[in-house]
Amino acid sequence: MTKKSKALALHLFTIASLAGVFFILPEYHSGIVARVLVLTIYAMGYNLLFGYTGLLSLGHALFFASGMYGLGLAMQYLHLSPITGLIAGLAFAAFVSTVIGFLALRTSGVAFMIVTLMFAQAGYLTILLLGEYTRGDEGFVIKQSQRMISGFDLSDATNRYFVALALFSVCLLIIGWIVQSGFGKTLVAIRENEERAKMLGYNVQLHKWFAVIISGTMSGAAGAIYALLFGYVGATFATVQYSIFPLLYVLLGGAGTTIGPLIGALFMFYLIDISSQFTNAYLLIAGVALIFLTLYAPQGLAGVVRKHVIRWLP
Amino acid sequence: MNLVSTRGLSKHYSGLNAVSDVDFDLPQGQIRAIIGPNGAGKTTFVGMLSGRIPSSSGTITFNNREISALPAHKRIALGMAYTFQITSIFSNLSVHENVALAARSLHNSANTLSVDQRAVDALRRVNLLDRQEQIAGDLSYGHQRLLEIAMGLAQSPKLFILDEPTQGLSAEEIEAFVILMKSLAGDTTILLIEHNMDVVMAAADYITVLNFGETLAEGTPQEIRTNSEVQAAYLGTANA
Amino acid sequence: MEFGPHLLLATLEGAISAAVLALIAVGLSIVFGIMRVVNVAHGEFYMLGAVMAWWITSHVGGHPAIGFLLALIVAPIMVGSIAALADHLILRRINYDPERTIVATIGLLYVLQQLTLMTFGADARPVEAPFNMRIALPWFENGVDGWSMYWPWGLSTTTYKLAVIVAAVVVLVGLWLFMTRTRAGLIMRATQLNRDMALAHGIPVEKIYALVFGLGAGLAALASVLVVPIQQAHYLMGGDPLLLAFIVVIIGGLGSIPGTIVAAILIGMSDGIISVFFSPTLAKILATLLVAFVLIFRPQGLMGKPAK
Repeated sequence: MTKKSKALALHLFTIASLAGVFFILPEYHSGIVARVLVLTIYAMGYNLLFGYTGLLSLGHALFFASGMYGLGLAMQYLHLSPITGLIAGLAFAAFVSTVIGFLALRTSGVAFMIVTLMFAQAGYLTILLLGEYTRGDEGFVIKQSQRMISGFDLSDATNRYFVALALFSVCLLIIGWIVQSGFGKTLVAIRENEERAKMLGYNVQLHKWFAVIISGTMSGAAGAIYALLFGYVGATFATVQYSIFPLLYVLLGGAGTTIGPLIGALFMFYLIDISSQFTNAYLLIAGVALIFLTLYAPQGLAGVVRKHVIRWLP
Repeated sequence: MNLVSTRGLSKHYSGLNAVSDVDFDLPQGQIRAIIGPNGAGKTTFVGMLSGRIPSSSGTITFNNREISALPAHKRIALGMAYTFQITSIFSNLSVHENVALAARSLHNSANTLSVDQRAVDALRRVNLLDRQEQIAGDLSYGHQRLLEIAMGLAQSPKLFILDEPTQGLSAEEIEAFVILMKSLAGDTTILLIEHNMDVVMAAADYITVLNFGETLAEGTPQEIRTNSEVQAAYLGTANA
Repeated sequence: MEFGPHLLLATLEGAISAAVLALIAVGLSIVFGIMRVVNVAHGEFYMLGAVMAWWITSHVGGHPAIGFLLALIVAPIMVGSIAALADHLILRRINYDPERTIVATIGLLYVLQQLTLMTFGADARPVEAPFNMRIALPWFENGVDGWSMYWPWGLSTTTYKLAVIVAAVVVLVGLWLFMTRTRAGLIMRATQLNRDMALAHGIPVEKIYALVFGLGAGLAALASVLVVPIQQAHYLMGGDPLLLAFIVVIIGGLGSIPGTIVAAILIGMSDGIISVFFSPTLAKILATLLVAFVLIFRPQGLMGKPAK
């Protein structure tokens, strides 16, 4: 089998096992896994930029929130259907990432991190400022009656799980395809040695810009899907914390691997979920994990597997 | 016909003239060596040709087109390849992927060979084909230099700029390198910065000598060898 | 209150935020300037200072000034030691790699903040000021009888607030003398100029770095001890000062101490004045966008000179 078909097989196997697992999971856990799958879409979008292109953003919550509010506000005030709402969310996230990418990519390294952080913070504050429409920190609920696609109820637990899985699968296959393509390999080249990539004739700036747009739009898709499936839109999702989460998932699971984000999100979500039953200081886990990962395992779980066991891991 | 011409090309770094007012013509198909003592401005000069280093003033014409204002990647797309003086490869990627990246950047459907075929072909020409699955960073220094050359070859450039390509190569590898350059000449125009005078004398059709950022002399290897000014400025001290 | 007295009050409040902000931001700035480390956990060191001040003052009896003075000395030293330890255990081991350092200090931020939540709790706690006399301020008015002086209701400050400003100025002058006149300061600045060269000259760069990181954190802690009688201690109090300090350091030019101080005065004053008259949220949005655009279009800072 070639590397490409092995990668595809791995992705299809992952999707099939996630479908199978639903039938053995208790309802509480299938609810969590549905949530994790949506957050994994977010982390996969983040990973394209951080793991594959080597650009560390501290402001992806802006893109997540753009998708979420793009869909949420459109459904709330324009009474759009879920499908058109989703398109509105994607379009808004794509627009925001195009603009932010254009501006932020004039910087690099630490400045890029701070600029993205500042834009995201400005976005969060803007949501609070427009509290009349966004309901600020309190947020608003998308009514169950609106979350129906011709009789198909998106708030039903089974439907929700499989819609989340279907959208996750689409994104996983898209990412799998991108990283095997010439475009994806160029992103890796930029991550590895930007100067050399430029001197091989690649338009580095343009590639980075596309990477921000794809990454931002996929993160926005996650935000829109989250709002649609769980019926809630709130400013919490635009806070710095939500910019840190995908970084944490990706670092833990393995930056620059296609399934790393899933592993990281599952692991971390459960860790936080379990610890929040014992203490309200559950973010301590996130902090400790960040420090230990940077110190001892910067490649993450899947990165370690790739280095020592399965060299072809996509 | 000249493939490359510069007029009044200069580079100033805060008061220091790294290259000043160089007029330079490189005919199609020639192997040209640029020599000169350390700090003569050789790397800066070819850096300005390729767009890696922005020039302070002057014009550059490439293939009858004024390119002074173009960014590096567009100049490369017009048919230049550039190998770095300090080895610059993708050290975490495989040898094959390094060369494939070079072949892929300007690949179009008009090309009859696939990216993979062109990469394999380039690796064969520098004798690295049996190492193509290795991680590039694990190669020996000499092999990394050869990989750089293979990356340039895979770009099938009109102009191939090599900055000290033989540094760190064994005597055998140097000999193979000179033969390789000779075999490219005609189709490919080669611009070579080189310290090893044996390589220069064996490979170059024509030599430009830079000193303190200015053209000191130009001529055939024979003429340069006998030029007293050059000897005083460079050969005399370097070969003493 | 009329506009004039109102503005005077806003300016006074602004001067206090500027003084405190200057201390926090200079701490962040020397860490960046010398170590090239962007310390995202800086706000938590500020928070720790306030929490420790509360802890110390609530355990010391007698006149409130005794506990407060003790806190003023002990809290910055303890916070500085924690920071130096964090530098030794974490930052040194990842070789101060810029991006990994940011990720690690984000982790440190959560650890410090959440540990404080677990031990200190979620409540805000007050610290009594060592002295706190209200001073009414006069205002002048040009009425029918010519200029007259009167005492508008509500226009007042306290001796403590004025003392905070004086204390901040004294500390900053002291820091400046330390950096320019002492051997340790010279060594720090030499390390900033060229790390490898400093190493080659036998300067113990590792120790200097731990010292600098501790000094930066200590300055933040000192600022918070000064501010805690006005503001109360809370485990989430580090967020806003961190953001403001970032804004100040970036606008003042990364790593430049004079630029940082000028920017702190500018931002602190305008933050105080703007939030009295406008929506504080809008003011914050404009400030964050200003930082982003300064980094994009004038990375040397508003006051720095261009690199070329």
